[in-house]
Amino acid sequence: MTLARKHLLGIEPLERAEIEEILGLAVSMKELLRQDLKKSPALRGKTVINCFFESSTRTRSSFEIAAKILSADAVNWSSSGSSVSKGESLIDTAKNLEAMRPDILVIRHAASGAPHLVASRVGCAVVNAGDGAHEHPSQALLDAFTLRERWGSLEGRTVAIVGDIRHSRVARSNIYCLRKLGARVRLCGPPTMIPIGIEALGCDTTFDLREAVTGADAVMMLRIQNERIAGSLFPSTREYSKLYGLSQAKTSWLKDDALILHPGPINRGVELEPEVADGERSVILDQVENGVAVRMAILQLLAGGVA
Amino acid sequence: MSQSELFLVNGRLLDPATGVDGVRTVHVVDGRIRSISADLPSNTQGVKVIDCAGKLVLPGFIDLHAHLREPGEEYKETILTGARSAVAGGFTAVVAMPNTRPPIDNAHLVRFVLDRAAEAGLARVYPSGAISKGQEGKDLAEIGDMVQAGAVCITDDGRPVMDPALMRRALEYAKTFDLPVMVHEEDLHLAAGGCMNEGAVSTRLGLRGSPNVAEDAMVLRDIELCALTGGRLHIAHLSTAGSVRAVRDAKRRGLRVTAEATPHHFTLTDEAVGTYDTRAKMCPPLRTQADVDAVLVGLADGTIDAIATDHAPHSAVEKDVEFERAANGIVGLETALPLTLALVRSGAISLMRAVELLSLGPAKAFGLPGGRVAEGEVADLAIVDPEAEWRVDPARFESKGRYTPFEGWTLRGRVDLTLVGGAIVYESKESGR
Ligand SMILES: [Zn+2]
Repeated sequence: MTLARKHLLGIEPLERAEIEEILGLAVSMKELLRQDLKKSPALRGKTVINCFFESSTRTRSSFEIAAKILSADAVNWSSSGSSVSKGESLIDTAKNLEAMRPDILVIRHAASGAPHLVASRVGCAVVNAGDGAHEHPSQALLDAFTLRERWGSLEGRTVAIVGDIRHSRVARSNIYCLRKLGARVRLCGPPTMIPIGIEALGCDTTFDLREAVTGADAVMMLRIQNERIAGSLFPSTREYSKLYGLSQAKTSWLKDDALILHPGPINRGVELEPEVADGERSVILDQVENGVAVRMAILQLLAGGVA
Repeated sequence: MSQSELFLVNGRLLDPATGVDGVRTVHVVDGRIRSISADLPSNTQGVKVIDCAGKLVLPGFIDLHAHLREPGEEYKETILTGARSAVAGGFTAVVAMPNTRPPIDNAHLVRFVLDRAAEAGLARVYPSGAISKGQEGKDLAEIGDMVQAGAVCITDDGRPVMDPALMRRALEYAKTFDLPVMVHEEDLHLAAGGCMNEGAVSTRLGLRGSPNVAEDAMVLRDIELCALTGGRLHIAHLSTAGSVRAVRDAKRRGLRVTAEATPHHFTLTDEAVGTYDTRAKMCPPLRTQADVDAVLVGLADGTIDAIATDHAPHSAVEKDVEFERAANGIVGLETALPLTLALVRSGAISLMRAVELLSLGPAKAFGLPGGRVAEGEVADLAIVDPEAEWRVDPARFESKGRYTPFEGWTLRGRVDLTLVGGAIVYESKESGR
């Protein structure tokens, strides 16, 4: 089984069938993940470099575990901002890593489009593990996987995404992914966090949390970056959580069976009250587990496709 | 027989100053136009005769806005290579921007630019001086001293003058010399680090956008300061519908406001950024179709005085990087003519207006010589084949710069010959002459 494309740079360019293929393979990957002996020889002899220009222990570990279960050799390469400012360009770095003959470069970078630049210059496959405020495709795929696990299909479902849409790659990838799988998407946040023209991606927007979550089948809460306060996107975390945080009390606005997602790590008490984050509707830990399964599927499909 | 005598025959002469549009013989003697006649010369014995049949004979183009990078960034361009690029594009004169390293903020550096340009001996290079010392936006530079050395305008281009009080002083002070103050209009607070136009495309790409209002607000501010001071304001690389409206209103009020637009801003929209193509990274950024349409109306109705290139060569170090880290700007001089002629073909402007925007318009805006083809004028001329098609191959640019969003485009209209002061300073290899 292989994907029709060499790189996974985002959800936007994917066909629905490709998304289905990844999610389908992830089902068996999850079974493997849950076995006592979690090991498949599928990627034996393959090398995966996790190339993180921006720190994210979670995403990196998830890719690393996924690679190792499939018997690939996984190497972590990280760059602090300072080594980039020493003068080596992204292309230089990518070319150097490529010279070590990896099969897949997994790239996390603070600049939108950085994985596209790398993919245009290297021969191996490139996986976007989050680029700036652009896309985070594996996150959207694991979210879709998690919802499909509960619902069977996303067709006709409504998902509300709440928070800093403007700076969120998770939001963009999810908008594409959910829409391609037949769901409706509502975006919610203060106007300072809703970027111009986002409706063009095929979603509705509202500044009112109650309106956003009413009737939604799932609510995806985005992480609020504390540095955003300095940018005056909102006056205080206190006010933000009052208007846009999901407290236990506000869960009464939700449908009884509505699911709550969060890409993590959670600012407890800001986006979600602890009771909600740990409550019955929460599928946050499922997301983490499914992240490994989905990334196993991605690596296997791409490493197969590069042969 | 004189070395410095020649006839241009059979060419279609267009002169926006007199409105002449017809086949003429132009007789050039000692660098000036001796005569213009409807007849062929009777005696050409021993005199160079250039047959311009099927070609346009135009006043040499004048670029109010070129970055020649010298001193300090000679790896991107030098005054020599910039001047070569200019004449290859039909430009017989360029105004050099002062945002070099160090910035041109004193008379010594103004003289340095003039000396280098004289050594190059190609296009005329008019230096501009910085508004503020070091282009830091704090204290006025020695404007009078720079004017006496030869500066034709002052500008902190590359950076806006954020302090409105300093801008007021600059407009007031420059009145002493009747000097235009050229402004790069961008409110940095509103721009908020944006690296492309704010809109649906920036949202989709997850790039920080700079909104139109970052430009509009500064244009409106400076027009009011112009009204207050009675100074001469020149808006560089205007890019938004709001700026066009503001300049039009200012002209109606009789204010001394002029403006320029670049070929990339009237040809492309923010869609050209595609998937993070740094060749489409400019400041101000490429805008939307509504803005392009407004700029085209402004070019046609006289709101915009000049087409300027904002020629801004960069090396791979600045351009072959992540989009948000990439430098702004492209090679402008060598593609300006065909992109302007495209507006004529699309019906946006007349051919005569196109010529005016490239020559007489900029000359008048800055009070520069040239821009006319008339008896007694300097023989700064561009001979153009309006129909010749060519493919944009940056490797063949005269500029050191290699970045252009028009790479691979097939453009129509080629400069075949450029004369500065009657001397041939450029001849196209493709012209077949
Ligand atoms: Zn500028």
